[in-house]
Amino acid sequence: MNRRWLAYPYVVWMIAFILVPLFMIFYYGVTKDDGGQIVFTAEFIKKTFEPIYFNAMAKSFLYAGFATLICLVLAYPLALILAGKAGKSSAMLFIFILPMWMNFLLRTYAWLTLLETNNGVVNTLLRLLHLPSINILGTPNAIILGMVYNFLPFMVLPIYNTLVKIDPYILEAAHDLGADSFQRLIRVVFPLSLPGVMSGITMVFMPAVTSFVIPNLLGSGKVNLIGNLIEQQFLMTYNWGFGSAMSLILMIIILLAMGLMKRFDKGNLEGGAGRW
Amino acid sequence: MVKKGLERIYLGLILLFLYAPIFTLMIFSFNDSKSRAKWGGFTLKWYQSMFNDPIIVKSLYYTLTIALISAVIATVIGTAAAIGIQAMSRKRRETIMNVTYLPVLNADIVTGIAFMLFFIGIGLKLGFSTMLLAHITFNIPYVILSVLPKLRSMNKYTYEAALDLGATSIMAVRKVILPEIAPNIITGFLLAFTLSLDDFVISYFTAGNGVSNLSITIYTMTRRGIKPEINAISTIMFMAILILLLTINKRREKAVRKEKY
Amino acid sequence: MKKLLIVILAGVLILSACSKGPETDTSKPYAGATLNIYNWGDYIAENTLTRFTEETGIKVNYEMFDSNEIMYTKYKSGAVDYDVLIPSDYMIEKLILEEELVKLDFDNIPNSEYIDESFKGLAYDKNDEYSVPYMWGTVGILYNTSMVDEEVDSWNILWDEKYSGQIIMQNSVRDAFAVALKKLGHSVNSTSKAEVDQALEALKEQSPLVQAYVIDEVKDKMIGNEAALAVIYSGEAIFTADENEDLAYAIPKEGTNLWFDSMVIPKSTQNQEAAEAFINFMCDPETAFNNTDYIGYSTPHKEAKEMLADEIKNDPAAYPSKEVLDNCEVFVDLGQEMTEYYNEKWNELKASLN
Repeated sequence: MNRRWLAYPYVVWMIAFILVPLFMIFYYGVTKDDGGQIVFTAEFIKKTFEPIYFNAMAKSFLYAGFATLICLVLAYPLALILAGKAGKSSAMLFIFILPMWMNFLLRTYAWLTLLETNNGVVNTLLRLLHLPSINILGTPNAIILGMVYNFLPFMVLPIYNTLVKIDPYILEAAHDLGADSFQRLIRVVFPLSLPGVMSGITMVFMPAVTSFVIPNLLGSGKVNLIGNLIEQQFLMTYNWGFGSAMSLILMIIILLAMGLMKRFDKGNLEGGAGRW
Repeated sequence: MVKKGLERIYLGLILLFLYAPIFTLMIFSFNDSKSRAKWGGFTLKWYQSMFNDPIIVKSLYYTLTIALISAVIATVIGTAAAIGIQAMSRKRRETIMNVTYLPVLNADIVTGIAFMLFFIGIGLKLGFSTMLLAHITFNIPYVILSVLPKLRSMNKYTYEAALDLGATSIMAVRKVILPEIAPNIITGFLLAFTLSLDDFVISYFTAGNGVSNLSITIYTMTRRGIKPEINAISTIMFMAILILLLTINKRREKAVRKEKY
Repeated sequence: MKKLLIVILAGVLILSACSKGPETDTSKPYAGATLNIYNWGDYIAENTLTRFTEETGIKVNYEMFDSNEIMYTKYKSGAVDYDVLIPSDYMIEKLILEEELVKLDFDNIPNSEYIDESFKGLAYDKNDEYSVPYMWGTVGILYNTSMVDEEVDSWNILWDEKYSGQIIMQNSVRDAFAVALKKLGHSVNSTSKAEVDQALEALKEQSPLVQAYVIDEVKDKMIGNEAALAVIYSGEAIFTADENEDLAYAIPKEGTNLWFDSMVIPKSTQNQEAAEAFINFMCDPETAFNNTDYIGYSTPHKEAKEMLADEIKNDPAAYPSKEVLDNCEVFVDLGQEMTEYYNEKWNELKASLN
């Protein structure tokens, strides 16, 4: 029996449930009902490139990009520290994942309580310490903060998982060959952790780009990101064609970006830690 | 020693960041005012009235049930898939992985509506089963994404060595591969469970027949404002899981210590 | 660890097997029937559904939505056969125009006589054939008397630079445009692109002064003294005034939006009589009172209103005078083209903010 067969239940499931939404957005995104007949049309795709919508998409990528970067910068040292403690207690890891178990909307509302300008908790404390207040709600910074907050655990987990299983002998070998801690980190540990980093980036960037709750609550409704616009097309203007077209373009752009990332990763880790 | 200190400070800061909103919510679950903007005094009344609203109770029940079942099934299918995918030729693997990423790439609303149309199309009435199927579907990619990196960086020769030593495929998988990736499987399961707990849009469009989950209940309250009982329930859920995890961890530590001797 | 999981799983399965099926007590009129009811979130007293099932034997599958549009999307898809919907005015009109609703048999809804006459013949259901009002209210300005020392009687105050950064608007295309349109003296249902463009200009002009465009966050912001002025629904205003004594509610002289959430029966219903029994039950004085008491919004039910405390009955914010009401407009459906136009302009507004 071949291991490959283990994947087949999934493949069947995939065809049914994953390709269907894909088909739907293709169908709605490039066709329209022209007096009873279904014809191909590029009007929805073209509309996506109109300034308002295109800028919203660009902005979404920008904010999500920053958020992902910040997540990576914060999560990597965290994962390193936790991986170092791995033997002693994995409860540590769980404690960092635990916040995800409280409803996302509730936690975002809680940030409002913390960040309100006049009577928010943070500003009240700052005022007590005679420090200047922070007026962050309604600015892009608040949105990025919200994204980082909500998606940080998604970045920590996969990186931690790959770090923990790096064969300690490799680290010893590097040390024996004269590498100091820093060199070891850059030239041995980091490359070995790349699959985890890639996973993390995938799991953070995507949902960040399409988030609509965070811009509404933390952005004080002043920013329309692509998630808001797509939601609007499906629910307010019932223009499913346009909503689908936007989703389609989004998906293609991201796939292209991922394709580029794969080049980065190519051949890097086939065989991984056990090359000896 | 400085390093240890710095590490501690860093951990502490991140913990503070992650838990600030959670502590805020927990504190406000004892607030004698319905508003998040003012403190009305300490009270336990929300914990008492929590179970008075049948809608909240039902939502909680379905939330936990669907999250648990969908996470288990997604983990099984996802892990099997990851193992199988790892063994495939590069081309096939890349195609499948690209398709796996797709649900992650789509805005929730697109996925939600697409599922709804799909279920209508195959004549399946919305209800428990449709929500379950939807949850399993969006969970599986995350399980695969958790397990696959470890499989990729795992020593591929140990599996072959096991086969050489006389194990059947199944035995080799069970005794060699699974233990190696066990932590990743658990991670995948936890991720799936978490995602399931939190999902609104997809659940909304695949729910029916009186089935609702806590996320739907919470999100649909946004026009009116979120009831403090929700804070109470969330606090209890959170504490319950925290205690559960700490207990499991203690038992594991005990087991590990026993092994050492 | 494995054992624990198995125990949990088993527990869950047992629980699901134990859930009760519908009552088949034949002494009750509709025993064994099930209704699919679709209503706003947190918009019914906690005991109403249980009381209903006890009295009639009908099991209720209760679903909730947080916007008319998301309700419409799910309803229209045919995914669930709903028996009763409780949408807002303009959405009801849209459903009527699309022939989605059935005409009510008022012989089965005798309690509808309790609905106040002034709520008959509403714009979206002129002949009262399809709907029975459930809750209503107005949209107005909530202001903090310690931050605003002048009289608040016009929408213009929301454009006053004195209150820069202290103004809160609704994050909803129709509600925001309604304010601008009224300020300019137009109808909230304007189908003139020129007028809508004017409203957009007004909103753009206002935007540097606006602290936030929000939905329910307006309550906590005002209670927390974060802003001086806000556009808010009357029901929410009453709640905030209770929590913060400095807050007061005013309906501007230019007029405002009068809104209704009413009960309707869509044609997907499998049991119209049972659905009508539900609507009748909701119009029963005790139920109507429980609902308005719990929700805190204004009720169109004469008896229920009588049962309310004086301070609520006589509160002009909750129950404004006929004069004020006559100056109000109810939303109507704008039609596909204008709906798209309004939304495009709304997107333009948001795009201009940064």
